[in-house]
Amino acid sequence: MNGKTLSEKILSAHVESGEVKAGDLVEARVDFAFGNDITAPIAIKIFKETGARRVFDPYRIALIPDHFTPNKDIASANQVKILRDFAREQGLPYFFEVGRVGIEHALLPEQGLVLPGDVIIGADSHTCTYGALGAFATGVGSTDLAAAMITGKVWFRVPETIKFIFKGTLKPWVSGKDLILYTIGQIGVDGARYRAMEFTGEVIEKLPMADRFTICNMAIEAGAKTGLITPDSITKEFVKPRAQRPYKFYSPDENANYERVFEWDISELEPLVAFPHLPENVRPVTEAKNIKIDQVVIGSCTNGRLEDLRMAAKILKGKKVHPRVRCLIFPATPEIYKQAMEEGLFKIFVDAEATVSPPTCGPCLGGHMGILAKGERALATTNRNFVGRMGDPKSEVYLSNPAVAAASAILGRIAHPDEVLD
Amino acid sequence: MKIQGKAWVFGDDIDTDAIIPARYLNTHDERILAEHCMEDADPDFSRKINNGDIIIAGKNFGCGSSREHAPIAIKACGVSCVIAESFARIFYRNAFNMGLPILESPEAAREVKSGDILEIDLSSGKIHNKTSGKTYQASPIPAFMRELVQAGGLIPYIKSKMEESFND
Repeated sequence: MNGKTLSEKILSAHVESGEVKAGDLVEARVDFAFGNDITAPIAIKIFKETGARRVFDPYRIALIPDHFTPNKDIASANQVKILRDFAREQGLPYFFEVGRVGIEHALLPEQGLVLPGDVIIGADSHTCTYGALGAFATGVGSTDLAAAMITGKVWFRVPETIKFIFKGTLKPWVSGKDLILYTIGQIGVDGARYRAMEFTGEVIEKLPMADRFTICNMAIEAGAKTGLITPDSITKEFVKPRAQRPYKFYSPDENANYERVFEWDISELEPLVAFPHLPENVRPVTEAKNIKIDQVVIGSCTNGRLEDLRMAAKILKGKKVHPRVRCLIFPATPEIYKQAMEEGLFKIFVDAEATVSPPTCGPCLGGHMGILAKGERALATTNRNFVGRMGDPKSEVYLSNPAVAAASAILGRIAHPDEVLD
Repeated sequence: MKIQGKAWVFGDDIDTDAIIPARYLNTHDERILAEHCMEDADPDFSRKINNGDIIIAGKNFGCGSSREHAPIAIKACGVSCVIAESFARIFYRNAFNMGLPILESPEAAREVKSGDILEIDLSSGKIHNKTSGKTYQASPIPAFMRELVQAGGLIPYIKSKMEESFND
C-alpha cells in the first residue's frame, strides 16, 4: 500500500473517515478561516442571507482589513465597516484595526493563529503561505468562506502532489524568492494546477522561516492548491513561543505517492527577475540589467518580513535611491514595523530617501499607496506582474527578491546586488 | 438547459486582474463590477456584449486572486457561460459556487472564432457552433459538482444542511 503525502496526512486527520487519498472529494473540518476587506464583505452578506445566526467558533475566524487600509476612500471605508460591525455582532476577537493590522499572511503566523497540522481556508489566494508551517492551507472565494464560517467545514478534492527536491548550496543574494521563481519558470503558471507542491531537500531544510513562507506563498502562482514544507526544528522555534492553540507536526510517508518529482541542484542559481506579464517569465538578473525603472516596492505577503527588510537595509545603507526612482518599503505587520524601527532600519531607509509605509497590501494589487502611471515600470518584491497589476494597464511590473530590488532602487535600473556593494 | 450566444475569444492565462482589476474592488456592487468586466483584456468588452454571450479562452482562465468578484462581474455583465481549455482552481470553484456555468473543451477553445454563434447544452456538455457547423463535447462536470449545481449552488446546499440540523 502506498503511503501518504503531507496533504493526505493532514486531511486524513480532518475527515470523519480518518482516511483520504488523492482524488477523493471530502468534507474536512476547518481549524481556521478568514477573509479580508475585499473578500469578507461578500462572505458576510452571504452569511446573513442564509439566515445563520452565529459563526461556528469565534476563535477560529479572523477578519483582516489589509488591502485598502488605512482606508483610501469612502467605498473602502464602507467595506471595512462591514467587517468591523460583523466582528462586534459576533464577538470575534480577531478583527484587526489599523495600528494592529498587518498583511494577513504575515500577521496570522506571527500571532500564532495558524499552526502546523491545521486545515486553513482563507478568502485570499495567497493563503497557501501557511504550508510553510506544515499546514494544509488554501485560498477560496467568499461563498466558501461564508459556508465555513457557518459550518466549520469545507469540501475539497484531495490534491495529487508534485514533489520538488532542492539540492546544493545557495549563492550569495539567492533566496527563497529565487527558488520559487525558478520553480514557476520551470513548470509554468499552470504547472501545478489543482496540485499540492511539497518543497523538500537539503536547501529547504536549512532555510529560515521567512524564506519558507515566501516559497509557499507563491505556490498559487504555479496554479497550485497549496505548497507545503515538512515542519522541523526551525518551524518549532518559530511556532512554539507564538502558538495560541495546540498543534501537530505531520510528515509525509517515505513511500508516499507523488504524481511527479523534480530534483534540482541550485548551486549555480543566480538571483532571478520575472518579466511582465507572468511570474513564469523568469530570467537571471544578469540578463535584465538595461531595464530602467520608475518605482521599487519592497514588501507584501511575499517579501515584507523582517529578514526581507534587513536585506534591503544592508544594501541601501549609506546609499541614495536613484533620483529618478521612488522606493517604497512596506513592513508587513506592526511587530515587524516596530522591530525594524528598533533595529534602525528605518533610519537607513529614510537616509537613502526611500519611504516607509504603514502595513498594507497597498500597491501590490494596484490598490493604493504607490500606483503606476501609464508607461511606468516597477521592480517589486511582490508576487504578480499581470497586466495592470500595480496601476495603469500600460504599466509594467518586474518581480525579484529584496536584495535585487534595493540594488535596483540605487542604480535606477534592474541590477545585481554585487553592483552596488563596495 | 440550453444557452445560445455570440462567442468572444480571449487568450491563455487570463488572470483575475484582467477579469476585474483590483482598482474596482473597493465595492462589491454587481453593476459597477459588470461595467469593468474584462477591462484590462478588452477595454470595451462590457459595452460590446449582449446578454447571453459566451467567453472563450485558452488555458488557465481565472488564474491569480481568489476574488469572487471575477465570476460575479462576468455573470452580471450578461455572459452566460465561459468555455476554456482549462480553468485555474479557485476560479473554477467560485464559478460553481456562484452558479456561473463553465465548461472545459480544448477543441472548442482552439477552434471557435470571435463572433461565432454557439449553442450549448449544459446538461450534456455539448457545444454546437452554429456558424461553423461543428459540435464539441466538453468534459463532463464531476458528479459532486453536479450535486452542488442541482442544489442551486453552495449556499442553498448549506441552507438545506442547516434545516436538517434544526430538525434533528
